[in-house]
Amino acid sequence: MAKRQKKVPLFERSLVNDAFRQSFAKLDPRIMFHNPVMFTVEIGTFVMAVVTAYTLLASSTSQGSPGYNLTITFILFLTVLFANFAEAIAEARGKAQADSLRKTREETPAKKIFPLGDLYVNEIKIVSSSELEKGDVFICETGDIIPSDGEIIEGIATIDESAITGESAPVIREAGGDKSSVTGGTKVLSDKIKVQVTTQPGESFLDKMIALVEGASRQKTPNEIALTILLAGFTLIFIIVCVTLKFYADYANTPITIAAFVSLFVCLIPTTIGGLLSAIGIAGMDRALRANVITKSGKAVETAGDLDTILLDKTGTITIGNRKATKFHAATGIHEDDFIKACALSSLADETPEGKSIVELAGKDVAKSLSLKDAVLIKFSAETRTSGVSLPDGKQIRKGAYDAIKKISDKEGNIFPAETEKIVRDISSNGGTPLVVSENGKVTGVIELQDIIKTGIRERFDRLRKMGVKTVMVTGDNPLTAKYIAEKAGVDDFIAEAKPEDKMNYIRQEQHAGKLVAMMGDGTNDAPALAQADVGVAMNSGTQAAKEAGNMVDLDNDPTKLIEIVEIGKQLLMTRGTLTTFSIANDVAKYFAIVPALFIVSIPVLQSLNIMHLHSPESAILSAIIFNALIIPALIPLALKGVAYKPIGASALLRRNLFIYGLGGILVPFLGIKLIDLVVAIFI
Amino acid sequence: MNSEIFGVIFMFMATVVLAIPFGKYIAKVYAGDKTILDPVFNPIEKFFFRVSGINGTKEMNWKQSMVALLTINLVWFLLAMLILLNQGWLPLNPDHNPSQTPDLAFNTAVSFLVNCNLQDYSGETGATYFSQLFCFMFLHFVSAATGMAAAAILFNAMRERTTDQLGNFYNYFIKSLTRILLPLSVVVAIIFMLNGMPMTFEGKDTIQTMQGDTVQVSRGPVAAMIPIKHLGTNGGGWFGANSAHPFENPNYLTNMVEMIAQFLIPLAMVFALGFYLKRKKLAWMIFGVMTTGFLCLVIPNMIMEQHGNPEIARMGIDMGSGAMEGKEIRFGTPASAYWSILTTVISTGSVNSMHDSFMPLSGMNQLLAMMVNAFYGGCGVGILNFYIFIIIAVFISGLMVGRTPEFLGKKIEAREMKIAVMVTLLSALLIKGGTALACYLFHRDPSLPWLNNTGFHGFTEMLYQFTSCNANNGSGFEGLGDNTPFWNISTAFVLILGRYLPIIGPIAIAGILANKKYIPESAGTLKTDTLTFGIMIFAVIIILTALSYFPALALGPIAEYFSM
Repeated sequence: MAKRQKKVPLFERSLVNDAFRQSFAKLDPRIMFHNPVMFTVEIGTFVMAVVTAYTLLASSTSQGSPGYNLTITFILFLTVLFANFAEAIAEARGKAQADSLRKTREETPAKKIFPLGDLYVNEIKIVSSSELEKGDVFICETGDIIPSDGEIIEGIATIDESAITGESAPVIREAGGDKSSVTGGTKVLSDKIKVQVTTQPGESFLDKMIALVEGASRQKTPNEIALTILLAGFTLIFIIVCVTLKFYADYANTPITIAAFVSLFVCLIPTTIGGLLSAIGIAGMDRALRANVITKSGKAVETAGDLDTILLDKTGTITIGNRKATKFHAATGIHEDDFIKACALSSLADETPEGKSIVELAGKDVAKSLSLKDAVLIKFSAETRTSGVSLPDGKQIRKGAYDAIKKISDKEGNIFPAETEKIVRDISSNGGTPLVVSENGKVTGVIELQDIIKTGIRERFDRLRKMGVKTVMVTGDNPLTAKYIAEKAGVDDFIAEAKPEDKMNYIRQEQHAGKLVAMMGDGTNDAPALAQADVGVAMNSGTQAAKEAGNMVDLDNDPTKLIEIVEIGKQLLMTRGTLTTFSIANDVAKYFAIVPALFIVSIPVLQSLNIMHLHSPESAILSAIIFNALIIPALIPLALKGVAYKPIGASALLRRNLFIYGLGGILVPFLGIKLIDLVVAIFI
Repeated sequence: MNSEIFGVIFMFMATVVLAIPFGKYIAKVYAGDKTILDPVFNPIEKFFFRVSGINGTKEMNWKQSMVALLTINLVWFLLAMLILLNQGWLPLNPDHNPSQTPDLAFNTAVSFLVNCNLQDYSGETGATYFSQLFCFMFLHFVSAATGMAAAAILFNAMRERTTDQLGNFYNYFIKSLTRILLPLSVVVAIIFMLNGMPMTFEGKDTIQTMQGDTVQVSRGPVAAMIPIKHLGTNGGGWFGANSAHPFENPNYLTNMVEMIAQFLIPLAMVFALGFYLKRKKLAWMIFGVMTTGFLCLVIPNMIMEQHGNPEIARMGIDMGSGAMEGKEIRFGTPASAYWSILTTVISTGSVNSMHDSFMPLSGMNQLLAMMVNAFYGGCGVGILNFYIFIIIAVFISGLMVGRTPEFLGKKIEAREMKIAVMVTLLSALLIKGGTALACYLFHRDPSLPWLNNTGFHGFTEMLYQFTSCNANNGSGFEGLGDNTPFWNISTAFVLILGRYLPIIGPIAIAGILANKKYIPESAGTLKTDTLTFGIMIFAVIIILTALSYFPALALGPIAEYFSM
């Protein structure tokens, strides 16, 4: 699980420059219109610009001095710009992240097969990867970089996917079955494969994701829409407050300047969350991408936060994908020590975790006493499904799956011992994997491999349980073994002897009970379940069908990723909630800054409401809108990084966030506005 | 302890103690369980349903219920208009009072229909015994039952299941009348009659005072109407002076009974919700938020009124018994201050003292009580108003725990938010917009004969009138000359909008939610029956509702307070 750590500084210079340009481009009212809160601020800025022009041209001072009006216009303009910048920087970061991933797969030479070439049938010509179209076929040999996403139609190969996943161990991909998918940018280490291109250039998942981030095809998620409605509602309420105030003031013979009205309005409407809302959404997708998960929609990330149940495959998720040797079973007539020696010998040079575990089990002393001098190592191959060693004395030790060794044994004309066969069955039924060992085609015994539960997985499940997420282990093991491992790992439920349709049924059943379910899968037979699940994460190594069916693709092929995805979703929603709370709580202080300022001149007794003792009505109004503008960039880092999620239970979480962002939201502006007022007072 | 204060605490505690078992009873009534009154009323109800051809057992969805609600309300409106426009020649008019003018009749009919009872007329001269009984008292009963039936639909919709069948509106309506309002009214009426409240069909009585003058005293079947006036949080009294009048509220005991009566059902509805849904903790949370709001308003009022008016004190007049201007000696300051907030938090609007004469900030608290209109709130409708605040609070705090918001297992999405926002907007628009319109007209033509007080206090009077109408409260900051076409007609529209949309809105939300998939609770689900969530709702109410009136209040009561 070597994860590539991609730490990009929050404000990288090139990104900031790009975002800065974008924030001006976004001033276009046709774009602003989609964000009702900031759109009204833009209108307010425009109104203030007109008022400023008026005060410059007319000699009347009833609307305040031109300088004062100009300052307010400028601050309002900054407010809009800051909000645009927040969105632009989020976009730029997401785009940069996706671009860097995309770069790895651009402009590599491709050995394309032309069924009717210039000279021959099936002529191979080298073309640029960008010229490959869906349906084209190319070949890759040892050392080639795979030019495009595709599906192997012929051959088998080991592939280094570290460029995409960061995982250094090579993987095997072969035609047919669930491991037939290859990713552009990865490298073929051995053998030769024929691959058919599965995506049109510019239509890969990454391309789709970039489009999502860039806003061209970004649609507001349902929750974002609902929140926008709420924020638009607040905005309307404060429009009513400000418009009606004009008439109250007329009745009370209290003239209020347009600048004061616009400032009051802009301060009261939830500009903080209004300005940061889309940045939060984009940052959510971006965080997913940083975790090497491509999301096909913003909604999927949001749904992830709501998940009630997640289905996890046992192998690779709950247990270490590679099992460990736990016991040697020598066949009858074979001396135990000799058997152990043979096992260790065949595994000495074996770098796989299983191999290492066998040597470990045999013990240091045994390992030291052995020598591999002049021995020929037989590596595991996808063809033979066995590995081993050929010693100089002609002894051939092989170990492998029951049926593979049986084949060798049968070929040599030996009878597979019935008693060993029984051991093999027993091991299987106890959740273990039998590894049969043969010497010169004669079965000498069985190595028992057992599942090893990942360290720390129990804690992760506890964490999920505290989030209210139920974990379900899916395994092909028999119910007894499944139960044993489930209990040991601390999962809430399990599906034993699972067939693909069992997953599907379980998902349906949970959904029927109103729960949101996530699963991870790679095979074509997982596709229906991936589509049925509310969050379906397809592994990048999986088949095209699986990737099409899910709504996320995990580039790391890491099944524990679901846990991270849930947290990313929760973070996204929490960031929205806390910043909304903060934004609304800010209003309390702003009322106390601006309302006295509106009336003090004509109703001096209302000076008593000026509890912050702000310097003058003008400084009070300026301080409030300056605070209002500055709080947006101040919160951009939080919006991009997201509020930290702590699995402490919903009530404790609410208490905590309400305390920090609610109470903080009430107190911070009192302090901020007062401080700004102290500075502003120097200039007025 | 001061016995007057003790009296107030006793009244509050007594109501709470009564409301808990009564809430359990209400829950039983709406759940369709057997009650002891069944043998008496079941045959009568069956007869009504048979005669009217209404099927009282057919399940309705929320839209059908609302159509039924609006239809019968329209019929009552027409009936009320007919009576008021013709009361002059109709029977039971021993004092020969005239028929009402069309604009006054419109305002009166609407305001009784919507459970507000603004009363731009005075009962002694503007209404006959016939209208009092068959228009006003009738509407007292049915308007209260309308609100309660709507609340019953809400209760039904909040249950843990997925359906669009939310019970039968007519059934809830008639059960509210026969099982709750009618029996309680009889009990209360007996107490009132024993305490000397008039119950006669004879006309004005003539008495000779000690000075030898002859005085005409209005009377009538008062004791029949006053119980439901309070039980149904209507507030429209028999006499112009409402419950400050000795015949409408003869002594401290009747004062207590009237206060307990008006408070009982709004409070019991909260507990009924808990019993009905088997979520008692949720009910206590709601009760806690409402009571906190109530106490924040009532305690300052009692203190301010007890302290008296500093301007009068400066004249050398003793303020030992508090600010007694506009208050009745037999009730005293604390009980009057308590009543003034009680009648405004719940939407009764009956008065036993003149709100116009309260200290400025006491007046502000009365206004705030009506602006929020969900600290207990009116008969049935209070819980509907509170529901809107719950929805908004759930939405924000649901996000804060990292889930898309859900309430009682139902996801709150864009459509529900739209409705909740519209209902919130509406009250802001009606109160602020109405007051702005009045300000505009008065500013243009200051010779309009509306305001007996100018300046800050005059502004408060206008603000109070629209606030009272929007909240369907009906109390007035008297001193406003409100029997004019402008006030009669503009307030009537505010009354209608302020009544029906805040009923339809919550019912629509609940109806939509009821039809959604039920999501079982998990450790990650926001708990809505906790103290933390209560604080959240309280904050939403204060920041969204109360604070948005801050600029207006600053120009009215706050400016007046600082000027003293």
